[in-house]
Amino acid sequence: MIAAQYAAAVWAAARGFGVMALVLLSATVALGLVARSGRSLPGLPRFALARVHGSAALVAAGLVAVHVLTILIDPYAQVRLVDAVVPFAAGYRPFWVGLGTLAFDLVGLIVLTSLARRRIGPRGWRAAHLTAYALWPLALAHGVGSGSDAGAHWMWFVDAASALMVAAGGAVLLGARRPPSPPRPGRSPSRPLSTHAPTTARTEAVR
Amino acid sequence: MTRPGAARGGPRLHIDWTRCEGRGLCVELLPEVLDSDPWGYPIARPDPGRAAGDPSVPAALSEYLDAAIEACPRVALSRRHGG
Amino acid sequence: MTTTAPLPRSTARPRPNPGRPFTPVSPSGRLLAAAAPGLAEHLRRNGPPPSPSADLPDLVEAAGLTGRGGAAFPTWRKLASVGARPIVIANGAEGEPASGKDAWLLRSAPHLVLDGLGLVAGSVGASRAYAYAPPGPGAARLRAALAERGREPVPVEVVEAVDGFLAGEASAVAARVAGLPARPRDKAVRLSEAGVRGRPTLVHNVETLAHVAQIARYGPGWFRRVGTPDEPGTFLATLSGAVARPGVREAAFGTTLAGLAAMAGGLTGPVAAFLVGGYHGRWVPADAGAGLGLTPGPRPSGLAVGAGVVIALPASSCGLGASAAILRYLAEQSAGACGPCRLGLPALADAFAELAGRGNPRAAVSAARLAGLVAGRGACHNPDGAARLARSALEVFADDVALHQTGRCQARSGRPASRGSAQR
Repeated sequence: MIAAQYAAAVWAAARGFGVMALVLLSATVALGLVARSGRSLPGLPRFALARVHGSAALVAAGLVAVHVLTILIDPYAQVRLVDAVVPFAAGYRPFWVGLGTLAFDLVGLIVLTSLARRRIGPRGWRAAHLTAYALWPLALAHGVGSGSDAGAHWMWFVDAASALMVAAGGAVLLGARRPPSPPRPGRSPSRPLSTHAPTTARTEAVR
Repeated sequence: MTRPGAARGGPRLHIDWTRCEGRGLCVELLPEVLDSDPWGYPIARPDPGRAAGDPSVPAALSEYLDAAIEACPRVALSRRHGG
Repeated sequence: MTTTAPLPRSTARPRPNPGRPFTPVSPSGRLLAAAAPGLAEHLRRNGPPPSPSADLPDLVEAAGLTGRGGAAFPTWRKLASVGARPIVIANGAEGEPASGKDAWLLRSAPHLVLDGLGLVAGSVGASRAYAYAPPGPGAARLRAALAERGREPVPVEVVEAVDGFLAGEASAVAARVAGLPARPRDKAVRLSEAGVRGRPTLVHNVETLAHVAQIARYGPGWFRRVGTPDEPGTFLATLSGAVARPGVREAAFGTTLAGLAAMAGGLTGPVAAFLVGGYHGRWVPADAGAGLGLTPGPRPSGLAVGAGVVIALPASSCGLGASAAILRYLAEQSAGACGPCRLGLPALADAFAELAGRGNPRAAVSAARLAGLVAGRGACHNPDGAARLARSALEVFADDVALHQTGRCQARSGRPASRGSAQR
């Protein structure tokens, strides 16, 4: 293959997979927000919603991985292997590409901790999963700042649709009635029967 | 609705109440065994043949038991053996 | 799931001579007579503690000792089933407001408790022991007693308990000893397998340990000389309410409520009902007090006394009002760790608040339903205990449920409560 055509093909693939990854990631986050709200969707009970969210997440992670791979093999991208995990050190637009690196790191964290959820326990899993709130804005900003199609109208449309999906999920979450938060641990000093429990003992016989 | 006959010595569903937040995925997956209480927490359907304790799950529903354990977002469920 | 192999069990159990009738001997002179705050007096009365040995579970089984923290679990089974190199905790937290026996023991007989703790710790091969006591006089007395004793074979550390009704819950105690917040834990993993920092853990009430010390000194036969063949030995009771001399008493199992009240100087007036077993116990109508013998745990023909808390409710007090106050307290004392308790107990307390006031037909139905909803659904026994109390109140004070709706109450009329007789 002629070098220029190869480079062009790789570059196109990187952009394409990046766009698809953003869309799938946004859908994943939207579904996750609905899942967190405790509601179900028409035709989608909670357990099914959770599974769809998980499947979408894996697909999104796969798309991100391919996006990163094609960037790495792109001869003009100036992104080395280390820049795939260490942010802000790339040769091209280090800040905006670095945001993507951060997002990729978080994708890895979230996916791995979710697969190991039973071992990690709910608190550790939740702490890792909360980084999704940072992950999505990072991914969006990465695309806007370093995406080769950032200026195109259709790309703005994709960005807007992605943001709309996440906003819709957020609206469901904010609108849902949440269970009451736990009261502070009771330290009630009152003794209901006002019975004094004296601690003096007397030696008493019983027949 | 009372529970269909569950085998003695079969699998039981154990709920870690300190983790459960009443999200209800288990109730969806095991409606024969669980119902929701007024606050959304799972409650075992009455089973006259069983004393108090972890609800037993019929062997036929074993895969749904596994699905519920996997689905619980709070990792609050586990399988116990009992009878 | 691994199971620890139990220690070899001896099957011999002492049986009373069938030719001689089993007569209860005056129990005065057991814990109460053995009690001495200072080490010198303690040794004078009791002698040195016996050496720990691996057959302590056998001795305790032969004696028929059950736990004195409220659950009445056979003590030998706990000793025999704990894992290797365990941690032993003497639980003196006594969160129940109407109970004073553990505080009395720690103040007046700390060496009995420490003897028992050392015996158990040595016999099960414990690496460390802890004494869990309320801050203030209890913990201070323990530290002073430990200082008197010098170096213990198994080192004992005093840990100050948290405040609150659930302070003595075993898994919360183990958490606190491990330096974590005192929150009850899911019972899927038993303390005997993994408790403090993942180590097998034994938690014993301080009174149980005191009994263990005396059983090791004088033998199972001595322990069985009082009480009944099925429920041997003595227990500490805390009496309060409408009795002339409230306080801690020691009685043999099989003693009736009337006998116990007599030990406390008798009743000060007509009594509506007794609360037996504390805030997680049951109401008993006054007329039933004469007949039933007190037992450690539930028995078909006995009255479970739990951790020995008995409250005599005067006839001038309303049983529904007292129950409503107790349930409100239990709801406030919830650790908040489990949904059914955190949300269900306040609802149950609300229903009883209605019953204690004007009442309405739905409140009793609602209360019964809520009691059924919360029972058994939590990491600790707070919801079970609250449900038990609520159900017994609905049964014993059924007349008041009806009377309140017409603005009347048995308390004002001075009539004692009786089980279920409808006076409409």
